[in-house]
Amino acid sequence: MIGRRWRGGLRPRLLAAFVAVTALGATAAAWSSAGSASTALVESSQRRLVETVTSQITAVAPGLTYPPGQDALELLRAAVSPNGVVTYGGLRSADGPDLITDSLRNAVRTGGRLVSQRIEAEGRPWLLIGTPVMITAVDGARAPSGIEVYVARDLTAVDDEINGMARNAGLTAGLALPLAVLLALLAASSVLRPVRRLRDTARRLAAGDLRARSRPRGSDELADLTVTINEMAASVQSSMTAMRRMQADAKRFAADVSHELRTPLSTLTAVVEVLSMSADRMEPDARESAQLAITETQRLVTLVEDLMEVSRFDAGTAELRVEDVNVTTAVRQCLRARSWLGRVELVAPDEVAARLDRRRLDVVVANLVGNALRHGAPPVRVIVSASGVEVRIEVVDSGPGIVEHVLPHVFDRFYKADAARARTPGSGLGLAIAMENARLHGGDLTVSNRESGGARFVLRLPGEAGRR
Amino acid sequence: MILLVEDDPLVRRGLELALSRLGHEVGTAPTGEEGVEAFRSSRPDLVVLDLMLPGIDGFEVCRRIRAVSETPVIMLTARGDDFDVVSGLAAGADDYVVKPAKPTVLDARIRAVLRRTSGTGEEVRAHGDLRIDTTGLTVSLRDEQVSLTPTELRLLLTLTRAPGRVFSREQLLQEVWEHDYLGDSRLVDNCVQRLRAKIETDAAAPRYVQTVRGFGYRFGPL
Repeated sequence: MIGRRWRGGLRPRLLAAFVAVTALGATAAAWSSAGSASTALVESSQRRLVETVTSQITAVAPGLTYPPGQDALELLRAAVSPNGVVTYGGLRSADGPDLITDSLRNAVRTGGRLVSQRIEAEGRPWLLIGTPVMITAVDGARAPSGIEVYVARDLTAVDDEINGMARNAGLTAGLALPLAVLLALLAASSVLRPVRRLRDTARRLAAGDLRARSRPRGSDELADLTVTINEMAASVQSSMTAMRRMQADAKRFAADVSHELRTPLSTLTAVVEVLSMSADRMEPDARESAQLAITETQRLVTLVEDLMEVSRFDAGTAELRVEDVNVTTAVRQCLRARSWLGRVELVAPDEVAARLDRRRLDVVVANLVGNALRHGAPPVRVIVSASGVEVRIEVVDSGPGIVEHVLPHVFDRFYKADAARARTPGSGLGLAIAMENARLHGGDLTVSNRESGGARFVLRLPGEAGRR
Repeated sequence: MILLVEDDPLVRRGLELALSRLGHEVGTAPTGEEGVEAFRSSRPDLVVLDLMLPGIDGFEVCRRIRAVSETPVIMLTARGDDFDVVSGLAAGADDYVVKPAKPTVLDARIRAVLRRTSGTGEEVRAHGDLRIDTTGLTVSLRDEQVSLTPTELRLLLTLTRAPGRVFSREQLLQEVWEHDYLGDSRLVDNCVQRLRAKIETDAAAPRYVQTVRGFGYRFGPL
C-alpha cells in the first residue's frame, strides 16, 4: 500500500517534476553561460596575444637583414615572446618550447597570414599562433619574407577560470534544488490538502454517513469540485432519506395491517370452532361452507402471523431465546408434532447438543420439511450432524428439484415459482422467515439441487448461538 | 365459572360463545376496572385476561387479583411480544395463550390449570419444615399455612413426588402445564421464583427447590 502510494502518489510526482525542472534549468543555464564565457575568454586572450605578437614583429621586422641569420631569428624571438619560435627555411631559433604542429606550420606557409590553433600538450591547454613576417617590396607589394613566428600561450589560467565558473553554476544549482523541493512540497500540500479532505468526505459518504460535507476554500478548480461533490452528497442524502422513509412506511404499514387484522381474526377463530362443533347438524351445503370458513380462517391466521414475524425481523425486534437443546430430539419432536415421522427419514446421532432458540429451530425445520413434502417427492430425508462448533441440518427430497432460474429467488418473500404453485397452504413467507431465523442465530440457509435429483436445503447454525 | 376480561366486544362475544359451547360457564367484563369488580363479586374459578385493556391494563388487573387470591389467571398475548409474556408472568399469571386464541387450545389450558386444584394424594408428606397435605391440598411451613396458586402447588407436588430427582423444564412443562414440546420454559422459571418466594427462607440460596444448572430443577436434597 505504502509502496504503491509512493510510486503513484501526487506528492512524489510533483516533487520529481519540480526537481527535474530545476536541475534541467540550472544545468542548461550553467552550461550555456559557461560556454559563452569560455569562448569570450579564449577569444580575448587570443586577441591580446595576436596584438602583442603583431606589434612586436612590426617593431622588429624593418631592422632585419635578409636573409636573416641565426642571430636575427634569436633577436626576433626574444622580442616577440619567450615562448616563441622563429624559423626561416631550415633555420630555427634555439630556445622555447617546441609545440608547433605540422598542420599549423603548413597553414601558415600556404596561407601566408596569421593562423591560430588550440592544442593539448604536456597535459595543459595551449593557444598557438603562427604568422609569416611580411616584407614590403619597393613597389609596395607585400610578400612573405620566409620568416615565420610561432608563439604558444599557456591557457591553464583561462581554463581554471572557466572551471571555476562551471563550479559556481553547479553550486547555484545545488542550492536551488532544496529550494525546489520545498516549493514542490508546498505546492503539493496546497493541492493535496483539499484533495485529501475530499477523499475523507467521499469515504464517509461511502461508509453511509450521508451528512458528510467538505468546506470549499478559495475559488479554484478544487473548490468547484468540492461544491459539486457536496451537491451530489446532498442529492443522494435527500433521495436516501425519502427512500428510507418510504421503506419504513411500507414496513410499518405491513405491521399495522397485520396487527389490525388480528382482532377480527380473533373473533373469527373463536366462532368458526363453534361452527365446526355444530357442523354435524348442518345441511350439507352449510356444512361445507362452515368447513371452508374454518380452513380459510386458519390460512389467514397463518398469513397474518407470518407477516407479523417478518415485520419483527424488519424492525429488528426479533429476539433470540437461547437455551440448551438436543437438536436431534427437537427435530424428532417437530416431525412428531406434525405427524411426519412416518413420511420422513431422520438420520441423526442420538445427541447433538447446542444452544439455540428451540421455537425458531422448530419453525425452520417445519418449513423445510413441509416444503419438501409438498413440492418434492418421497423419500424425504432429514440429516442432522454436528462438526466442531457448527450444527448442520440437511433436508433433501427426491422430486424433480427446483428450476434453475427459480433457485436464487427461493428465499424471496411471496415468490411463486409458477402459477400452478400459486395456491399452496403456505403464506409465501415460510422460506423467507426460515432464512431470517437462520441469520438471527448467526447461521445461514442454502438451497441447491442434488445431482441425483431433488432439492437440498442446508441449515447451518453455530452450536453456541448465544455467544457471538 | 370463568371470567373473561376482553375489551373488543366481538372478540369477547366470540370467545364467550366458544367457551360456553365447550361447557364452561362464562362471565365477561369489558375493562380492567370492571374485571376486578366482577372478580370480587363473582369469585370465578379462573380468569382469562386480555393484556391490552383501556384504563388499567391486564398486568395491573392480574396484580390486583393476586393481591387478594390465588385464583389461576391465563393471559391472552400477542405472539412474539416477549415483553408482555415476561411482564404478565411477573404479575403472577399462571399461563398464557397467543392471540388469535383457538378456543380448543384455550379450553385445554383452562382444564389443565383447573385440574391442578384437584388433589390426587392421600397422605401428608413432611420435608424439613415443609408439610404438604396432598389430600386437603394445603402446604404449611413451620406450622404456618402457605397459600399457593394451583400451579405453584402442582409444581411443588410434582417435584416432591421424587425428592432429589432432576426434572428438566420440558418435563415440568408437560407435567404441570400440560404443554406440548414447544412450551415456554419461562413459565417454569417464573413459577419456581414465586414458589421460592413463598417457601424458602433465602430465595437466593434455595433449600427446597434447587436449580441444577443446564438441566432443570429438583427438590432437595435437604
